[in-house]
Amino acid sequence: MAASYGLGFKRPSAIPGFGLALGFTLTYLSLIVLIPLSALVLKSATLGLAGFWEVVTGARTLAALRLSFLTSLFAATVNAVFGTIIAWALVRYRFPGRRLLDAFVDLPFALPTAVAGIALTALYAPNGWIGQWLAPLGIKVAYTPTGIAVALIFIGLPFVVRTVQPVLEEFDRELEEASATLGANRRQTVFRVMLPTLLPAILTGFALALARAVGEYGSVIFIAGNMPFISEIAPLLIIIRLEEFSYPQAAAIGTAMLMISFGILFFVHLVQAWQRRRFGHD
Amino acid sequence: MKLRNTLAAAAALSIATLAAGAVFADTTLLNVSYDPTRELYKAVNEAFAKDWQAKTGEKVTIEQSHGGSGKQARAVIDGLQADVVTLALQGDIDQIAKTGKIKADWQKRLGNNSSPYTSTIVFLVRKGNPKSIKDWDDLTKDGVEVITPNPKTSGGARWNYLAAWAFADQKYGHDEDKDRHFIKKLYANVPVLDTGARGSTTTFAQRGIGDVLLAWENEAFLALDELGADKFDIVVPSLSIKAEPPVAVVDEVVDAKGTRKVAEAYLNFLYTPEAQKLIAHNYYRPSDPKAADPKDLARFPDVKLVSIDDPLFGGWAKAQPKHFADGGIFDQIYQPKSTN
Repeated sequence: MAASYGLGFKRPSAIPGFGLALGFTLTYLSLIVLIPLSALVLKSATLGLAGFWEVVTGARTLAALRLSFLTSLFAATVNAVFGTIIAWALVRYRFPGRRLLDAFVDLPFALPTAVAGIALTALYAPNGWIGQWLAPLGIKVAYTPTGIAVALIFIGLPFVVRTVQPVLEEFDRELEEASATLGANRRQTVFRVMLPTLLPAILTGFALALARAVGEYGSVIFIAGNMPFISEIAPLLIIIRLEEFSYPQAAAIGTAMLMISFGILFFVHLVQAWQRRRFGHD
Repeated sequence: MKLRNTLAAAAALSIATLAAGAVFADTTLLNVSYDPTRELYKAVNEAFAKDWQAKTGEKVTIEQSHGGSGKQARAVIDGLQADVVTLALQGDIDQIAKTGKIKADWQKRLGNNSSPYTSTIVFLVRKGNPKSIKDWDDLTKDGVEVITPNPKTSGGARWNYLAAWAFADQKYGHDEDKDRHFIKKLYANVPVLDTGARGSTTTFAQRGIGDVLLAWENEAFLALDELGADKFDIVVPSLSIKAEPPVAVVDEVVDAKGTRKVAEAYLNFLYTPEAQKLIAHNYYRPSDPKAADPKDLARFPDVKLVSIDDPLFGGWAKAQPKHFADGGIFDQIYQPKSTN
């Protein structure tokens, strides 16, 4: 209940080193996060507000932003569902090869994104192992927005699994048993007792997977096809502007992405806060 | 205290090593180049190092950096300590020159507009040429898929685009509206826009996408060497572009590092008969064909070449903004509500 003390500054904490830790945190965050981001915003500010608006609302920029955020939202949603199921299977059941599967989850983290992109393209191209079976059905994955979603699902999976897993491991089994003794069926237990407890972790995983997917360049570029207005992601448009030596325009698109991402992440945090209040977890 | 002493000793030692290194070090040059020149400069660097040692007794090591031409130019602008740049486009070196790192008159300092070799754009088709692609207008036919990288991100792709433009201009008697229409039809047949030349080669050769790849002449020959002459054929169009990849010393860097003499010697070496021979052997067209092995020269098909300085384009300073700038002709192709 630390939060109810209000501003913690005046009340000396039981743990020493507050000043040092806070100073370190502020310096580090400034150096690593805030200064580069300010540089980005400053660079795009050279365009002026009208110029910034013109770049960001250009038809091609809007199409790229829409594609980037829609495919990322889709991929993060898919990962939130299946990542939770995978975490559930890995925590709740004991089966041969479980540890190996557990290790596989981290592979998308470890693999250089370009390698992932090339491998996925090789699989899903019309002459690839998977693509050759989809092509006769008229399903095209590589070089379409579908391919982008496939790549983003791949790179985002570990975020959900790794955030949900520890919460599930710590989950108090007595709560489930209590719910059962009070007459809840298995379904009610899962959806009304367990899911609310897991939801903050799932949302965190969702937010991380989303943030990662929005900025992803390396793996997507190989599978996307990169056609303007169809499969051109916003990070590619930034690279294109850089190739034209239009630094402020590139920074403007970057700033727009930053603001949209911040808005989405802020919304996710609001949902989490609301959820915490509602269920009384702290 | 013990730790501090150790650290001090380590620091002293490393400073001593650095100082000693500075005295005895061999000279190192960094050559920042574009994508497909890896094999060429590997051969040239070896020959130059030998030549330089024989002439001056000094050892020189040349490091290579490769990537998309525009990206490489940006790296140099942002502070990459390149002694020399050997890029795909004059416009990219001009961008570096704008920052003052290279003197404005760079292109006049070496022969042939500072291009020791030229190249051109040819077609790579599947074996037996099943779609019977002979010339540029075959690329605009329905059902033909063309693989070429994005001119926005690839220097080579800009030459591809300009070669097609030059063909259209000749065919339609200098009618720019028809040229635009031709280019639009051609790019409507492009299913994937890779970001670089090597990416397009992979899409075409490994993924089996497309009927024809627009490629640097040297890349097309390399593809035959490495991927098998039994899989692809080279088709030479009736007309193509004379691509002149230029070279320059980065004045600011060589003056700071004190490497001007060797850097200039390195670029001059590219014009010597020895280097010209290597250039032809690596499938680049030498600026001095007399020096090359006639057998190597025989591999280059005879093709009418249009230069970027032709009145049609009026040099890079005019062609770049007109075709490739934000909102330029290439962008207009993809505008949903295009005016043409």
